[in-house]
Amino acid sequence: MTYPEELRYTKEHEWVLAEGDVGTVGITWHAQKELGDIVYVDLPKPGTRVEQGKSLGSVESVKAVSDIYSPVSGEVIETNETLSQSPEKLNEDPHGAAWLVKIRMSAPDEMKGLLAAAAYQTYVGAET
Amino acid sequence: MLDACGLESAEALFRHLPGEVRIKRPLALDPGISEYDIVDYFRARAAENATGYASFLGAGVYAHYRPVMVDTVVLRGEFLTSYTPYQAEISQGTLTTIFEFQTMICQLTGMDVANASMYDGSTAVPEAAMMAVRVTGRDRVLVARTVHPEYREVLRTYALHQGMPVDDFEYQSDSGSLDLEDLDRKLDDHTAAVIVQTPNFFGVVENIRSVAEIAHRRGALLIVIFTEAVALGLLAPPADADIVAGELQSFAISPSYGGPYAGVIATKEKFIRQMPGRLVGETRDSRGNRAFCLTLATREQHIRREKATSNICTNQALIALMATVFMSVYGKQGLRELAEQNLAKAHYLSGKLKPRFTGPFFNEFAAVTNGRSPNDINQALLKKKIVGGLPLAGWYPELENSVLLCATEMTRRERMDEVAQAFSPVREQEQVQV
Repeated sequence: MTYPEELRYTKEHEWVLAEGDVGTVGITWHAQKELGDIVYVDLPKPGTRVEQGKSLGSVESVKAVSDIYSPVSGEVIETNETLSQSPEKLNEDPHGAAWLVKIRMSAPDEMKGLLAAAAYQTYVGAET
Repeated sequence: MLDACGLESAEALFRHLPGEVRIKRPLALDPGISEYDIVDYFRARAAENATGYASFLGAGVYAHYRPVMVDTVVLRGEFLTSYTPYQAEISQGTLTTIFEFQTMICQLTGMDVANASMYDGSTAVPEAAMMAVRVTGRDRVLVARTVHPEYREVLRTYALHQGMPVDDFEYQSDSGSLDLEDLDRKLDDHTAAVIVQTPNFFGVVENIRSVAEIAHRRGALLIVIFTEAVALGLLAPPADADIVAGELQSFAISPSYGGPYAGVIATKEKFIRQMPGRLVGETRDSRGNRAFCLTLATREQHIRREKATSNICTNQALIALMATVFMSVYGKQGLRELAEQNLAKAHYLSGKLKPRFTGPFFNEFAAVTNGRSPNDINQALLKKKIVGGLPLAGWYPELENSVLLCATEMTRRERMDEVAQAFSPVREQEQVQV
């Protein structure tokens, strides 16, 4: 697996793509692979304030439920509605169509503390 | 044998028991009597228990007939001796009965999904309230004063450490039904749920649709409670509710001094992930046959830990099975006929008394005592082997001299006539003169 260069990553296996002050957040390919078949995604309502490192929702697979930790602080402005009907998309395209939420970032500098693609790749090790 | 145990006397066998719980005299039994005589002796003592009383108590626990089929099924070893199936899917028989239970509860309540049962009705109420808090992201609940007072106490106990404010709203003093204006006034944008009971504690059947409209307009969920499940045989299912929570004691569960009973929570499919309790689902096995499994277990404590929907990790399988057998024995038509008998008997009784409220009722109602104290009436009735109704003033100070009376299919007309007579001071005097 090659992790996209334009994303920034957390050690809790979330990614964020910054465009202006809006960050699009998802979980990584590694995360979905470890979880297995994803059956449900619990996301916050737009308007919810989230903090870096705090839970913003959860992902449920056939074997476990995992918290999603917000990689950045700010306000949720949009959630990916398609995931409520088709959570399996998280297994198919975790870095693209299956993004989770868009956050209006209150502290864009937080991005600097996140991992670049190569560092995340090293962190999760070699994968196939 | 004492030598083998290293003891000097039989008395030493019991030395570890605290003195105050020991009987210090010989048992009041003749020494050396046969087993047959002992059994005979205790049968005679058991016969001294008070039996043959007619009861007019309802108020959350109802005297209904238990078909013999119920014990025939639940006393089978396969059901009686098994605990929650940890290797669930190997217990297809148990899962089948739970699935049937859930299905029939859904049919009775008009909900999409019911869980595998809760401990009892009173604990199902706070579980439903906390579920509404999770669904709405709000924290406060509004509960009708016509919800069973003990259920409200249990709700407050749970709420105390949940950061969940609980407020009451009033009933109309003439009809005994919900005061919707008071509800509307007290509803705010922090209210997660409105909790009502139908038939309510006074037996009055509530208009669920109108309370649903008011709750939903402010974004609150409606939780409908039932304590008398037999009423569901006749009343329209409370399908406008978001969550239905209730007590199934009426379905062949013996009153037994207050438990064990079985409760249940049912809800709309869209709220299923916030529902507490176990859930059995239908699936296909590896050969394509219909089979049952525990499903959506990721809501539960053994998987989700502190983020579980509830700390309930079990269900009341055996007790709920009594309700399942009961519902199967009566069926849809039978349950309706049973409910009609309850309705008819209670209305026969109310026709001879002075009802306190004007609202429509099912099988219990409040009656006023014409100035006689409820306790005097009940004392007089006890002498006739009748357990009278529940004086309401203990929980509702404004309802002094009101008694909650219940009549079921078990209540005989002669006994109802005797109760009516006890309520009438004039006739009582005539009797004395004779």
